Amino acid sequence: MTNANWPLWEVFVRAKNGLSHKHAGSVHAADARMAIEAARDVYTRRMEGVSLWVVPSSAIVASDPKEAADLFEPAADKVYRHPTFYTIPEGVKNI
Amino acid sequence: MYTTELKDKDQKAAAVSLADEDPEKLAAFEARVAADDFIEPKDWMPEAYRKTLVRQISQHAHSEIVGMLPEGNWITRAPNLRRKAILLAKVQDEGGHGLYLYAAAETLGTSREEMIDALHSGKAKYSTIFNYPTLTWADIGAIGWLVDGAAIMNQVPLQRTSYGPYARAMVRICKEESFHQRQGYEIMSVLAAGTAEQKRMAQDALNRWWWPSLMMFGPPDDKSPNTAQSVRWRIKRETNDELRQRFVDVTVPQAEAIGLRVPDPALTWNDERGSYDFGAIDWEEFYAVVRGEGPVAKERTQARVKAWEDGAWVREAAVAHASKRALKMAAE
Repeated sequence: MTNANWPLWEVFVRAKNGLSHKHAGSVHAADARMAIEAARDVYTRRMEGVSLWVVPSSAIVASDPKEAADLFEPAADKVYRHPTFYTIPEGVKNI
Repeated sequence: MYTTELKDKDQKAAAVSLADEDPEKLAAFEARVAADDFIEPKDWMPEAYRKTLVRQISQHAHSEIVGMLPEGNWITRAPNLRRKAILLAKVQDEGGHGLYLYAAAETLGTSREEMIDALHSGKAKYSTIFNYPTLTWADIGAIGWLVDGAAIMNQVPLQRTSYGPYARAMVRICKEESFHQRQGYEIMSVLAAGTAEQKRMAQDALNRWWWPSLMMFGPPDDKSPNTAQSVRWRIKRETNDELRQRFVDVTVPQAEAIGLRVPDPALTWNDERGSYDFGAIDWEEFYAVVRGEGPVAKERTQARVKAWEDGAWVREAAVAHASKRALKMAAE
């Protein structure tokens, strides 16, 4: 038995060029190269991607669910940020 | 592949701790879950919810990993290259499923090492189905068709389970699982349409795997005290008996379609219920297998431990290589 715990990496997959990388899951690996290879085996067995990012999970800073209201609720009462908020006279086109 | 949630020693501890939770937080949590909201790793959750999930997800992961053994047994003896490539891909999928699930469980604060230790020491359970041997090639067909079929029946509702990482893992798994079932059914249908001996082999595999497959759904609802809590928390979406009935209803016509007979003399169509009535399950056998008395339980654990120990030098070498490179890069 070994105590060598491989660190955790988050895996992001680009499905095809033109799209952004999207989080797919995570893998354990000793280093970045191994993380890429493990991610390839685990997350792209069915042509799910053309490019991979692996990021040490420890490098990710996440917002706290407790501050979700402070962060995201202010957007809720600003409907004027959406085009549908505005009244346009009937018959006016291309706007 | 799938596991039912099997009891272990931690379970009692988990059940009593609900009384210690902050009632306000608990009520808010229950309201969210009841409204089909997903719970994510950093959200507050009752300790019993966390523990139940760790147990269920890790058992599920262990089942995927141990599930590679009975099928791996036949890779080198697959009857042709097409079957061999398919079986290799399926077994690799099972390994992948184990990894998705271990990663989901790790978001709940347990570690990969702890889970693997629990599996190897025999503390953790895995699906009883894998403690039956794969005696003939037809068993590979029966496993894909019945065991993966039962797994799909169980896993489809789990795509909407309340814990986000588990639900997402299930979405990936379900997407990959239906080829598993179809390739198994294809093996069975080819054998069933073959020589008398091949057909006999297919029937024999169905005879041996039918009842253990029904047991995969877990104990009957009245003997499954945790079901109510798990359904309320949307960890489970349907009860063991509901899922088992649905499996019987879809599988019996599939057997008939290829000229095989489900080994249950009590099996009859019930017009009133719109379902099949089926014979009594031998729960003594089920509990014996849960206790570790399955025909090949020892071999399975030994094979896992051997693989882990034989691979130790690879894990150590990878870490040594990584730290050496890190040192070199720091020096540059």
